[in-house]
Amino acid sequence: MIEIGLGHYLTLGAVIFTIGIVGIFLNRKNIIVILMSIELILLAVNINLVSFSIYLNDLSGQVFTLFILTVAAAEAAIGLAIIVVYYRNSGTIRVEEIDNLKG
Amino acid sequence: MIAHAIFFYIFSLIAIVSAIMVTVSKNTVHSVFFLILDFISISCLFIMIGAEFLGMIMLIVYVGAVAVLFLFVVMMLNVAQQKNQWLLSEDSSKHIPVGLIISTLIFFELIIVIGGWKYKPDLFNSSNLDISRELSNTHSLGQILYTDYIHIFQISGMILLISMIGAIVLTFRQREGVKKQSYLKQISRERSEGVEVLDVASNKGVKIDD
Repeated sequence: MIEIGLGHYLTLGAVIFTIGIVGIFLNRKNIIVILMSIELILLAVNINLVSFSIYLNDLSGQVFTLFILTVAAAEAAIGLAIIVVYYRNSGTIRVEEIDNLKG
Repeated sequence: MIAHAIFFYIFSLIAIVSAIMVTVSKNTVHSVFFLILDFISISCLFIMIGAEFLGMIMLIVYVGAVAVLFLFVVMMLNVAQQKNQWLLSEDSSKHIPVGLIISTLIFFELIIVIGGWKYKPDLFNSSNLDISRELSNTHSLGQILYTDYIHIFQISGMILLISMIGAIVLTFRQREGVKKQSYLKQISRERSEGVEVLDVASNKGVKIDD
């Protein structure tokens, strides 16, 4: 309990990952919160990679965290641009009303 | 060691509570603020565990760029009027049990994996990228980032460039009726179409057409 090991960090990552999944599933509000949940999931992945990198004494995990950070930033920029264009065209970003594909 | 434990529990508690608040909060602006708090506490954890460069980069990239981008988009789109509706509505309430079941299943799968996971003893020396005790974290990351991972580094730069181009192309729109300065028109004007010399008779004046 006092000794903080790898398992503690992995559990923290698992909890944040699950919160992100719950946010995607249960969100009925607007689609920006879904993007934020995706950011939470990527954050959980980063926690896992960094804690493995530290506890296994291998630097390549941190390098891959850097690349995940890059891809997450690009994904957020593109996703927000798509949301802005969709709002301009249809006037809403509520999740329930985005049903053009009738999926 | 006990200080490590105390700080770990404090920061992870803040991170988990703010992650819950991101998904639960009614106001989207509050969600963005809690997302910022989450990133800050996780980067404190990174700095604490010994990955200082990633903690600082995470502060710069997420809190400085991505969260502000989210905040700008939330304030640009008029989502304030929908803030009173929470995730429960009539026809969507049937999604909620299924979503909860799937999320708990995923969580327990992850916990089982973490609990039963044992690494082999020779996994410690499987790589030649050991974390050096002499160099700082930033120094050792830079030493391998520009040598061993140079191609992936270049590709990530290309990804950022392409995403920037894509965001600009998506959100750019040509507005009608906006007056703009045209340099080509300005420098291609001739004297003959701009100035006209008239002979003005006395007490008659000149009629200027406009």
